[in-house]
Amino acid sequence: MFRIIILLSLINLLSLSTSGNSLYKSGNDKVKDSVTFVSRFESDNIRCFKCHGQEKYEYTNETVGKQVRDMMCSERIIPKKEFYASNHRSFSCTDCHSEQYVKFPHSGELRMEQKFNCIDCHGGDEKFAKYHFEEIVTEYQKSTHFKMEDEGFSCWKCHNPHTYKITVRNSTNLKETIAYDNAICLNCHSDYSRFQLLSDKAEINIIQKHEWLPNQALHFANVRCIECHTKYDNNIPVSHQIMPKGDAVRLCNECHSKNSILMASLYKFESKEHRRYGFFNGIILNASYVIGANRNEYLNLLSLVIFFGVIIIIALHIIFRIREINKNK
Amino acid sequence: MYLYPKWIRVWHVINAAMILILIVTGLSMQYTDKDNASYVVGFAKAVRWHNFAAIVLILNYILFVTGNLLTNNGRYYRTSRKDFLLNLRVQFKYYSKGMFKGEKHPFPVTEERKFNPLQKFTYILAMYVAMPLLIISGIGLLLPEIVITTIFGISGLILTDILHITMGFLLSIFMVIHIYTCTLGAKPTSLFRGIITGYHISEEE
Repeated sequence: MFRIIILLSLINLLSLSTSGNSLYKSGNDKVKDSVTFVSRFESDNIRCFKCHGQEKYEYTNETVGKQVRDMMCSERIIPKKEFYASNHRSFSCTDCHSEQYVKFPHSGELRMEQKFNCIDCHGGDEKFAKYHFEEIVTEYQKSTHFKMEDEGFSCWKCHNPHTYKITVRNSTNLKETIAYDNAICLNCHSDYSRFQLLSDKAEINIIQKHEWLPNQALHFANVRCIECHTKYDNNIPVSHQIMPKGDAVRLCNECHSKNSILMASLYKFESKEHRRYGFFNGIILNASYVIGANRNEYLNLLSLVIFFGVIIIIALHIIFRIREINKNK
Repeated sequence: MYLYPKWIRVWHVINAAMILILIVTGLSMQYTDKDNASYVVGFAKAVRWHNFAAIVLILNYILFVTGNLLTNNGRYYRTSRKDFLLNLRVQFKYYSKGMFKGEKHPFPVTEERKFNPLQKFTYILAMYVAMPLLIISGIGLLLPEIVITTIFGISGLILTDILHITMGFLLSIFMVIHIYTCTLGAKPTSLFRGIITGYHISEEE
């Protein structure tokens, strides 16, 4: 017997030690090279990227007749690779920015130029109807971002027009999508230098605020912030109504249940496949495992059959025992 | 006959209490749903209590194994191949037929033989097979980052969870049968008394 115990513990120890911390490794680490895209405005855009494409830029100061090499302000850097991988990659810089930018030095007045919002281009256009931009705007106007900071806040705070790309509906690697989408929130909510542009709060501490959440790191790697912090609406692909913090989902069984809200959010674009091999919300199993949401109906049924079988056998046994007692009386 | 020393009785009562908590909270997590949150233990509370009871159970299990290694109690769990199946059959026959015909217990309890063959076999399976598997898979679910990500293309967490709920379920069934068979003593209550007082009352006494 002891040999069996020792063998069992060895097998278990081995499985524990070889497992490593590989949970966070994504199955598909290859990032698709989308920079092979060739823009028809490449030769125009290169004039901008020459200075704005990286950290340093050079120009000739004609007043003093000197070649100057300087640092580009970080907010004004547009990484060329990311731009040509983004949704707006086919654009010319001057589609959105003033034509006058082609002149250098840029005129000071240009800094005051009116910036576009998503709806300025995407609104009322059949081509974009499936993205429901109008509903997104309505939802955004109900969101806590708009309510608290309607002046400072805009679409661009989350969706950088130069680098943003739609991920969740096209994704083959959910972990990558989750990390991408969460980075959008964390961009401000974990970086005080950006956060203070919109709020007068003295500090932010995401980790501390989520201390109540069991397995915090695992949750952060496997679901998006918006799963709990937005109000769901089935008419729109991705909810934009960020709720006040008090309304965020805190009940575990909102996700950990047969009717998991994850099916309407994170797994919305894949959720056609509802049950597989008897697992509820089977699609989640591709990327994760959620206690309560992924219970197996066949195993549940089998357990009930065994349980009631045992109860019936016990009941019969009791009946026979009573008969035996009565016989002996 | 003094059969259950104090440490065994303490271990047993802790084990029973923790297993009950684990069953209730485990079922609550497994069958959690938005609409039934109010009548089973809520998920968050269930997780906390399940973790707490599990850690106590593990420490208690260590006490059990160490106790059996260091004291004489371990001998009750030793089995030999000789007549193993035959003895099981004899005991099973007694439970299913013999006892209704007024036959005598084929393996009466003595200081050298606390468990009948069927009892010994199920106890070994429960304590030395199911419990270690339950504990190891439970630790895996408590610290999911240590679980192998994929095993032959299937998520390690799914396999860990299925192993855990299967062992949990089998041990729950074991507990139901265990409680029932404990009514098969001299009187229906005598075996329960025994595990509390330490004294076994045999049918002859």
